[in-house]
Amino acid sequence: MEIDKNQLLRFTTAGSVDDGKSTLIGRLLFDSKSIFEDQISAVETTSKKKGHEGVDLALFTDGLRDEREQGITIDVAYRYFTTPKRKFIIADTPGHIQYTRNMVTGASTANAAIILVDARHGVIEQTKRHAFIASLLQIPHIIVCVNKMDLVDFDEKAYNNVISQFEEFSSKLLVRDVRFIPISALLGDNVVNRSEDMDWYQGAPLLHTLETLHISSDVNKVDARFPVQTVIRPQREGYIDYRGYAGRIASGIFRPGDEVTVMPSGFTSKISSIDTFDGPVQEAFVPMSVTMTLEDDIDISRGDMIVRSNNKAEASQDVEVMLCWLNDKPAKPRAKYAIRHTTNEQLAMIKEVIYKIDINTLERKSDDTELNMNDICKVKIRTTKPLMIDPYRENRNTGSIILIDESTNETVAAGMVV
Amino acid sequence: MSKYYLNYLDELESEAIYVLREVYSQFQNPVILFSGGKDSIVLTHLAKKAFFPAKIPFALMHVDTGHNFPETIQFRDDLIEKLGARLIVGSVQESIDNGRVAEEKGKNATRNALQTTTLLDAIESNKVDCAIGGGRRDEEKARAKERFFSHRDDFGQWDPKNQRPELWNLFNGKCFEGEHFRAFPISNWTEMDVWNYIKRENIEIPSLYFAHEREVVWRNGSWIPNSEYLIMDEGDEIVRKKIRFRTLGDITITGGIESEADTLEKIVEEVSAMRQTERGNRADDKRSETAMEDRKRQGYF
Repeated sequence: MEIDKNQLLRFTTAGSVDDGKSTLIGRLLFDSKSIFEDQISAVETTSKKKGHEGVDLALFTDGLRDEREQGITIDVAYRYFTTPKRKFIIADTPGHIQYTRNMVTGASTANAAIILVDARHGVIEQTKRHAFIASLLQIPHIIVCVNKMDLVDFDEKAYNNVISQFEEFSSKLLVRDVRFIPISALLGDNVVNRSEDMDWYQGAPLLHTLETLHISSDVNKVDARFPVQTVIRPQREGYIDYRGYAGRIASGIFRPGDEVTVMPSGFTSKISSIDTFDGPVQEAFVPMSVTMTLEDDIDISRGDMIVRSNNKAEASQDVEVMLCWLNDKPAKPRAKYAIRHTTNEQLAMIKEVIYKIDINTLERKSDDTELNMNDICKVKIRTTKPLMIDPYRENRNTGSIILIDESTNETVAAGMVV
Repeated sequence: MSKYYLNYLDELESEAIYVLREVYSQFQNPVILFSGGKDSIVLTHLAKKAFFPAKIPFALMHVDTGHNFPETIQFRDDLIEKLGARLIVGSVQESIDNGRVAEEKGKNATRNALQTTTLLDAIESNKVDCAIGGGRRDEEKARAKERFFSHRDDFGQWDPKNQRPELWNLFNGKCFEGEHFRAFPISNWTEMDVWNYIKRENIEIPSLYFAHEREVVWRNGSWIPNSEYLIMDEGDEIVRKKIRFRTLGDITITGGIESEADTLEKIVEEVSAMRQTERGNRADDKRSETAMEDRKRQGYF
């Protein structure tokens, strides 16, 4: 395999037991030969015990004891498979409304989202919820799989109905790339192999689509941002005066010689070298982990951000974000939370809830301002010191925040800078 | 602009380095859980890369069951010396001698479950607030739900239904006195990725991973090595076979496979053609369908 060139694609699948999500994932893993014999024989045994005929593909995604007993997905599960073209990470998330937080979690790092629609039922509330969350989290590619085509006699009309229903709804969303594929996860049509029962469909099967999605342009390569994670000072022979700033490039490209500004202090310098264990590099880009040295001695520590001097992030203590509340305890008005943004941590207060979004109708409700679990609201946040931010839709890495309740240490909210 | 992307091994490496640097920055006293197996060796290699040119800022913690492959211990000691790192050993034998745990009986007895107590004791007595492990989500269904930063309560327990949400690359390592974290930098790697990476980076691993001649007994579908701890049963027959190990655990429960793969190239080739999971040869996972989940809840690796 040509691992020198193969990329990693992360995608999320949202859906409930009924729309065949587990069967689809099982089918992808099974047909791409990512399932081992001992796993197959374990599933065969369980299938027999439960009285199913043949192998129940859905059992390959079985997880925790409670999930198996209740036949539901509770938490995000990550699954892996590799084809000769790409490595894939599936974030398998539950679809029910009470698990919005898990859908948001899975979506936060995804390049693509698979939304499953039952061909018999068309676009339902849950479909809209998934599409909305995919657009809110700015997943670059959405693939709508119209499933159970075998149960509608592989009828093109049923497929076209879903397309028009979905497009009518999604015109209100910010999605860049939507594709539709008619499939039968149970029988395998258009999942890995092309369907023999749907001549009218000219597009590619799902796996081929996933293998060829153009993802290199999904990350921001324009705005150079380097949040400092830690300072490396070896204090050993050969490196007595070495002072390197370690971090992972959040966006853009850096090169030795670049004029840079350290935010928030505003000091400027030039990049002297970009170091790695394997030697210095002539350029470094998102998402590389590197260590930078600068020509001047400047006081820099964790939480600072190195940017190119001609293209700075916005430093602000007042930030508007779309906030998804993740905790069963509602937000306390005007309470202080720890806020984490890149490697920077400050205190923050939710000053105002501007409106809440009904995620089924997309209506904005400005009279309902209580932040309960799974609510998504536009809010104003004030921080104790400036954050170096970019709008989330331009930069997922420098446009995202989490809030932590310091009385419980739990992560209570996730936010996207507007 | 098309040249500005990483291949997936580079991306996984970069992610792991990022996680290791977050651990270093967010905790006071993190350690690497070092078993002498390939995953913890890769983890240590990544730590070397993450803090270069400085030394690894973590001690290595080994939970020693006393039932080791001698090759593993030799390898561990050589590596510690090369890195100039500190080694912390938690001894299961000591836990038994102190009456903290009782040894299992019978021919399938293992010290596997006893490790949890020793591990938690070592974490507590060394005031460790984050133990970095080589666990991967592809290994097992309970591990598939594991976070990069995984919270443990003051009894060392994992509560899979009440985990902290983990979004983007924003990790929350805040914990109260007495609690600790487990961090899993290679969560997103598969067995194949680990082997491809070992080959690419030419990382030194114990000789046990390469095909070699050894005295073994056929038990539960794999070749269990003969050792002073092996309890023989009627009908057990010791034979000499050319085998290698896909994973390394206690010498009493780690089964080998027949193999001719005696170079990294051959191992990578063999693993990519494998039709059985690597933990399929581990007796500790065969005890029940939720064996791993149950052990993890109690504080296992």
